[in-house]
Amino acid sequence: MDLGNFLSALTPLNIVLALLGVAAGTVIGSIPGLTATMAVAVLVPITFSMEPASALILLGAIYTGAIYGGAYAAILLNTPGTPSAIATTFDGYPMAKRGDGDLAVAIACFASVFGGLIGALALLFLAPPLSQVALAFGPIEYFWLSVFGLSLIASLSKGNLLKGLAGGAFGMILSTVGVAEISADIRLTFGSQTLIAGFGVVGALIGLYCIPVLIDLVAVPDRHLKMENDVRSVRIREAAQITLKSKFNLLRSSVIGTLVGILPGAGGSVAGLVAYSEAKRNAREDQKFGEGEADGIIATESSNNATVGGGFIPTLVLGIPGTPPDAVILGALLVQGVRTGPTLFQSGGSIVYTFIYGLLIATILMLPVGLLIGRYAYKSIVAIPKAILVPAVGFMTIIGTFAIRNSISDVIIMICLGVFGWIVGRFGFAASPIVLGLILGPIAEQGFVQSWTIGAATNNLAGVFFGRPISQAIVAFTLLTLLYPAFSTWKQRRKTAKAGAN
Amino acid sequence: MLRRIILKTVAAVTIAASTGLAASAQTAGPVNYIIPFGPGGESDISARLQQPFFKDKFGQDMVVSYQPGGGGAVGWASLNGLNGDGQTIMGINLPHIIIKPAQKDVGFKTEDLNAFYMFHYTPDAIVVTADSPYQTLQDLIDDAKANPGQVTMSGSGKASANHLAQIKFDKMAEIKTTYVPFKGTGAAVAALLGNQVKAEWGYTTVGAKQGEAVRLLAVAMDERHPLFPDVPTFKELGFDMVGGAYRGLALPSSASEETTKKWSDIAAEINKDPEFRQKMIDGGFALLDIDAEGMSDFMAERTEEYLKDAREAGLIK
Repeated sequence: MDLGNFLSALTPLNIVLALLGVAAGTVIGSIPGLTATMAVAVLVPITFSMEPASALILLGAIYTGAIYGGAYAAILLNTPGTPSAIATTFDGYPMAKRGDGDLAVAIACFASVFGGLIGALALLFLAPPLSQVALAFGPIEYFWLSVFGLSLIASLSKGNLLKGLAGGAFGMILSTVGVAEISADIRLTFGSQTLIAGFGVVGALIGLYCIPVLIDLVAVPDRHLKMENDVRSVRIREAAQITLKSKFNLLRSSVIGTLVGILPGAGGSVAGLVAYSEAKRNAREDQKFGEGEADGIIATESSNNATVGGGFIPTLVLGIPGTPPDAVILGALLVQGVRTGPTLFQSGGSIVYTFIYGLLIATILMLPVGLLIGRYAYKSIVAIPKAILVPAVGFMTIIGTFAIRNSISDVIIMICLGVFGWIVGRFGFAASPIVLGLILGPIAEQGFVQSWTIGAATNNLAGVFFGRPISQAIVAFTLLTLLYPAFSTWKQRRKTAKAGAN
Repeated sequence: MLRRIILKTVAAVTIAASTGLAASAQTAGPVNYIIPFGPGGESDISARLQQPFFKDKFGQDMVVSYQPGGGGAVGWASLNGLNGDGQTIMGINLPHIIIKPAQKDVGFKTEDLNAFYMFHYTPDAIVVTADSPYQTLQDLIDDAKANPGQVTMSGSGKASANHLAQIKFDKMAEIKTTYVPFKGTGAAVAALLGNQVKAEWGYTTVGAKQGEAVRLLAVAMDERHPLFPDVPTFKELGFDMVGGAYRGLALPSSASEETTKKWSDIAAEINKDPEFRQKMIDGGFALLDIDAEGMSDFMAERTEEYLKDAREAGLIK
């Protein structure tokens, strides 16, 4: 952790690599279907001929850039570029709709950089102790965490809880289709080979979010996003002010992101959702989450970038990858002859520290790079005529879905889901609860089955499900999230009743 | 702009994928090596270890990509639809390719796969944490005998190598343990380290990766693994258990005999490299050399054993 490692991270080559990595990552992440995992995996062989530390810096920079890039499509097209950006659509797209897309992109950039820094600093200073978080989370904690995530449906489906719950349940059923992750049963495929791989999250995201947007673009004559006629100065300063004003939100979301990132079974999507839910619960009265509230973007984007540093903690300390891109990087490390584990940190492990400093530098470089790319992305999406935008995005959705695993089944499923999503959307069923069910369903299922197996074997079902302190805390938070809206309405009503009585 | 971004990305990816396309030695252009699982597992890591040696020896890039889904079934079901010109190969795993088609129609049959080389296996091993009360295999057996079903053991997946090993060992040792399936070895190890379970059915690779954090009680090899000279084999302790998860390579069935032979030689050549061998052993793997010629005998023998075990365990009908 000395100056030498910092300086070796600061070589011109490493800085150029970090810059290139962040830029490439941002662009790749902005395209739905092209994920951080894929980008990192393709570049691993190139790193064989590099110094291990430089290689790692390049891979880490691409990864962190891609997580930020996911926000562009979320804000400008209502389609999360990566699963981590799901909750960015909630407020990002409404902001873009009303003409504040440039502001939203800049806010996302500031929040991402802040979150990325918190995650990387935690990796630098607290990795060995924090890695214990990954171990403290057993099956039951994952089960309750996913229930907590599902409770978000209640607050997402404004005024129509029943439809939200139906969507969530539908998503959970979709998640069971295909070969079951741990029991290896083949379920609900009705003999179809198309369904055997199940509903992939990325394909479903593209279908459920992007296809309805495309259909609506064609169906209504208005411009895609509201265009300002007057030439505005860049709204970087405004964005910085808004972001910094939400200090507490930034910090809370970054810490949530770091902690969730450490959990190998969760990841950026869960982190973003949990942070969003917490930001919403702590909202001031004048804040309207879901209608273009900057704090929603700040929460999601800072937390999902914090998962980058957080995810490296179990990867480097325990040799257990925190996220799929971490798994690729872990493989690259092994080939380079770097053995992960606690000794890696204790024995100086200069390569690890050079890498962490490199990640910090890449995160800082994301600020200028991200703002610049973001501005062009916004301008072109707004200015581009629909006649070009729709076919271009349509083409992209198909290529992106196919690229996930070169499977035409995924494309068919994506388009069918998209049309289905558009139709049910006409009847007030939103896409987000379905996607939540799809992502959290398998986590809940696995956690439940494992907990039940362990509990039944040790004759301690109640103890396993309700007796552990971490799960008790998560259950408490879940109840709070579920009951809080009812409680505040009740308080409101009492207030007005009192006022009326007076 | 968006289109430009797409074009640029496509260009960048193409360049990245085709770097080093120049020289053509044994194969024409870069080889696509598909792993039908996600990254980070044993299949991925052993492929990543092969990658640089292939490039060194044959001057071509080997591009590793992932096609996860259905516990490998999605990849294997698609293999024979791919071009058999020798530019695409796919990783195959035992017992997966034998057990899965025997359970249900998963879009491929074991004999459909044109397997040309098995290059290593990860021997089964019982892993406990460093501070576990189980010092020896006998300790675990004693506990399981005193408390039937209460010894919980994590492992990767159901009807998998880990699961079959658990069933087999329970029968041999006349004990009853509880198997808790996890998604992949990483999650199974995390459950062990976090004391969610009492032991793990894993592989020697877990011991190599986790170092002093864990202890292996026994390994399912003929002889002790060079990396763990102090860990006894099951055989030494009186249990006839040798095996694990076997990994190899396959071509689409449309590949000519010549191509298959060529690839079998390439895999053999990489496996011969002393540096490669050392890296594999350091990683906890056990090398294996089953080439295209010996494949049908090997597969027949493994199929018989796996199916017998799985049938007795009620995993298949």
